[in-house]
Amino acid sequence: MMLFHDRQFQILLALLLGVLSSGSLVGVILARRIRTEKGKEAVANLNARLKAWWAMVAVFVLSVLVGPIGSVVLFALVSFMALREYFALSSTMRSDHRVLLWLVFVILPVNYILVAIQWYGLFAVFIPVYAFIGLQIRAALAGSTEQFLDRTARTQWGMMVTVYFVSYVPAILMMQIPGYSEAGQNFKLLLFLVTVAQASDVLQYVVGKLAGRQPIAPSISPNKTVEGFAGGVALASLLGAGLYWITPFTVLQAGLLALVICLMGFAGGLVMSATKRDRGIKDFGTLLPGHGGILDRIDGICFAAPIFFHLTRYFFSAA
Amino acid sequence: MIETGLIALTRLLTGAVVRSNGFAFEPPAQRIYYANHTSHMDTLLLWSLIPKEQRRNTHPAAAKDYWWSSPWRQYLAERVFRAVPVARQRVNREDDPLRPLEAALAAGGSLIFFPEGTRGAGGHIQPFRGGLYHLASKFPHVTLVPVYIDNLNRVLPKGEFLPVPIICTVRIGAGFKVGPTETKADFIARAHSLLEALVPT
Repeated sequence: MMLFHDRQFQILLALLLGVLSSGSLVGVILARRIRTEKGKEAVANLNARLKAWWAMVAVFVLSVLVGPIGSVVLFALVSFMALREYFALSSTMRSDHRVLLWLVFVILPVNYILVAIQWYGLFAVFIPVYAFIGLQIRAALAGSTEQFLDRTARTQWGMMVTVYFVSYVPAILMMQIPGYSEAGQNFKLLLFLVTVAQASDVLQYVVGKLAGRQPIAPSISPNKTVEGFAGGVALASLLGAGLYWITPFTVLQAGLLALVICLMGFAGGLVMSATKRDRGIKDFGTLLPGHGGILDRIDGICFAAPIFFHLTRYFFSAA
Repeated sequence: MIETGLIALTRLLTGAVVRSNGFAFEPPAQRIYYANHTSHMDTLLLWSLIPKEQRRNTHPAAAKDYWWSSPWRQYLAERVFRAVPVARQRVNREDDPLRPLEAALAAGGSLIFFPEGTRGAGGHIQPFRGGLYHLASKFPHVTLVPVYIDNLNRVLPKGEFLPVPIICTVRIGAGFKVGPTETKADFIARAHSLLEALVPT
């Protein structure tokens, strides 16, 4: 809990709690004011989302405060739950069973152990090289050729999204940024990524609800609008610029990286929507009331985290 | 201890989502939950979803040749699940394999029963054997509850030892009772179609 004494962290936490509290206050007021059936439904959904937000922020902040191991364990669990949802809808076959066992009980733990011991060199290639080839070999050894390419492609993509991409969030803790990481400040960079990515989601939703007219991808996500996209991304990028003081970046750099996070987050949501649409479902699960499953909540961050990590590492890191 | 651990493990692996189609656990009643059978974990999953107070009095019907074949399984079956042994092969004519189940119902307990008799590959429900009718007609006041378990055959397929985590849905339909004049064939057909009605399209 040493991290709790960080002044910048305390300010960020106060801001977060302030935003959540005002959100909840608005929810309570709306619940009293709105009379129409349709409006009531929307408000009930809003309040369910807010409640889940409180729980998610609490779990996330506490795990970060525990120290690096807290974040690693939290995101390992997130990966586990995301895998569980992903394979529920991607039709695996009987002969995939052993392949999935390897993925869940060997590859996932090894990947997160590499993050925990901060062995960047092996972490970066373990899944894209070793696991990618290894799983394919295991699938071939299982002996079934029925829809081989379809099945293995689904498994490999599931591994990439739910394990490799997600693990880039705690991997931020192993970056060596001169004048920043020495003082153990990396956890604030992790907070920066998650805050901007989630704020982008929420702001796109809110702006879209208030001013959305023109659908942006009608065949994939009928509820996403051009106005919501532009307004949400712009506001969340400004928020990112405004949070420059918790990062090693200047105002402009923070704003640009936040813009990248927002755009990747939007793209991630779109790709995962296409996946869901293909399988004929609306949500990946029911774990988070109002939001859907855990994959529905983290689809944006899955895409944003690895790009944010590698941009930051290339331009700012020493090693 | 073991009970809590097993339930936590089941939740972790399956995410166990219940979709109720006109069924509520409350108020408690004497019931026969009958479900499709695709995995050894069926019993465990369904049993773990029953509210704790009712679970104590709900007995899974368990294959005698499997569950009573090692001390560890026997311990689980008797002490944890409070299961009732069912012989899958009739040893002689007088030895009715349903007798232990009848005793459990006569004592006021509820049952978890797999009318297909053996585990299928998943995907479609096999024809029912007659056991469900015999129990229902002997205890006509007991409510029958159809339960369709989806995906569990993928968590732990037949012949596999280690489970993988995959979200499962358990669809529970409205309860019903055997009609006073219903024939065996009619009842079995009705029970089968009510279970089939829960299969997602």
